[in-house]
Amino acid sequence: MSELLQFLFSGVTVGAVYALVALGFTIIYNASDVVNFAQGEFVMLGGMLTFAGSAAGLPLLLAAVIAILATAAMGVLMNKLAIEPARGAPVVSLIIITIGASIFIRGGTQLIFGKQIHTYPSISGDTPIRIMGATILPQSLWVILGAVLVFIGLWLFFTRTLLGRAVLATSNNRLAAQLVGINTNFVMTLSFALSAGIGALAGVLISPITMTSYDVGLALALKGFAAAMLGGMGNPKGALVGGLLLGLMEALTAGYLSSQYKDAAAFIIILAVLFFLPQGLFGRKSTERV
Amino acid sequence: MLKVEGLRSKYGRIEVLHGINLTVDSGEIVTVVGANGAGKTTLLKCLSGIQPVSAGAIHFRGEALTTVPAYKRIHRGLAQSPEGRQIFTNLTVEENLRLGAYQYRDDRVEKDMDEAFHMFPILREKRNLAAGGLSGGQQQMLAMARALMARPACLLLDEPSMGLAPIIVQQIFDVVSELKSLGVTVLLVEQNAFGALKIADRGYVMETGQITMEGPAAELIADPRIREAYLGV
Repeated sequence: MSELLQFLFSGVTVGAVYALVALGFTIIYNASDVVNFAQGEFVMLGGMLTFAGSAAGLPLLLAAVIAILATAAMGVLMNKLAIEPARGAPVVSLIIITIGASIFIRGGTQLIFGKQIHTYPSISGDTPIRIMGATILPQSLWVILGAVLVFIGLWLFFTRTLLGRAVLATSNNRLAAQLVGINTNFVMTLSFALSAGIGALAGVLISPITMTSYDVGLALALKGFAAAMLGGMGNPKGALVGGLLLGLMEALTAGYLSSQYKDAAAFIIILAVLFFLPQGLFGRKSTERV
Repeated sequence: MLKVEGLRSKYGRIEVLHGINLTVDSGEIVTVVGANGAGKTTLLKCLSGIQPVSAGAIHFRGEALTTVPAYKRIHRGLAQSPEGRQIFTNLTVEENLRLGAYQYRDDRVEKDMDEAFHMFPILREKRNLAAGGLSGGQQQMLAMARALMARPACLLLDEPSMGLAPIIVQQIFDVVSELKSLGVTVLLVEQNAFGALKIADRGYVMETGQITMEGPAAELIADPRIREAYLGV
């Protein structure tokens, strides 16, 4: 029992990170139908910049805030320099551009900060909390809290605010969005900033547990993408549930089978889900009359 | 209200509008009729700002509009119901209407939506359904209602009758004439020349990117050349 609980704890922690990455995918996908494969690099930047800031003598909290803002600015730059000039290109080309941007960010980080693995202190110490024979790190609770808060914020944004609907409208029909008075360039800039900021938040929260280096982004982007597909691309609820499920699958496979199979098991289950539910668990089936 | 002078526009290197001159006065219904491919839709796209203009000028309520980006033109009072309806298919009918009034955050939005439902009662019934599931006629109504939510001084209507059953076409044209009594100026682009000229005050005939005839709608409808070329009589 305590063993199962332990696996669940670690699964939920990892899952919350995947959920945050998937939520980042959701925003940009909702605004532009583009899957931004540089999303993992935003997570990496969040951790690396926080480390750099605190190593330079800044208080940890301040370093984290600066890291999130700087990463959001990086997202805006990426949109302005790489995505906007290619407007009108097919979505596939834009996705390949994001892969290029991710390689660029990774390379740049390696040049500036080197290849070492870094970490920094947790927010509220490293004393594990004991619950029914299992333990959980206080930092894990912060990660989970972060994912839940971001989810609630995004859900309210997309369903309750006019700006959130404008983001959805921009992705559905860019031309009509302009005609009703939506500044579609601003919507794109905003979604890249939000998405990068959320990615960075994930990096800030997880780095004390998993440590960070210039190359952690790629694996996170793939897992986050898988989580988003599992839940249904474009749906914040799907991103959250998909992320948590993926984390749990990995942790249970690692615990009961072998940690070598954890990635394989997760991806096999995703393939099975997508085979029977191509829209993902929460994806909307789109039917349209013409 | 709307004045177009020497307007030219290209797709790549091919010019499709060869110097269009056109005026719409306040309170008028003006129609541009012409065959498929004459450049009518391109003209409206230039007016709403989603098609680049290569020469000429657009003036709206005394202001130059030519360099104003598309999303700002609706703030000046120029709204468009585009060709092919272009509604937000994944949003509900109500969300589509709300986005039509994107620039407003006041109490009047609610009132305007009620008026839109009054004008098109079927939209009230379907208000919570995804707009993509509406029939063609209902989508056209939604596109017009969405444009009206912007409280336009001038409404650009692109082919509202395209692909619709005759009874729906009549209903749409009735609404257009009704707009006149509400003080909305209308520029209506149509292939259905007879229907459009019947409700319009003035008309322009467009052929291969040029205006070839213009005059009061009643005169155009009686003109033998028009009758032969566009009315099929």
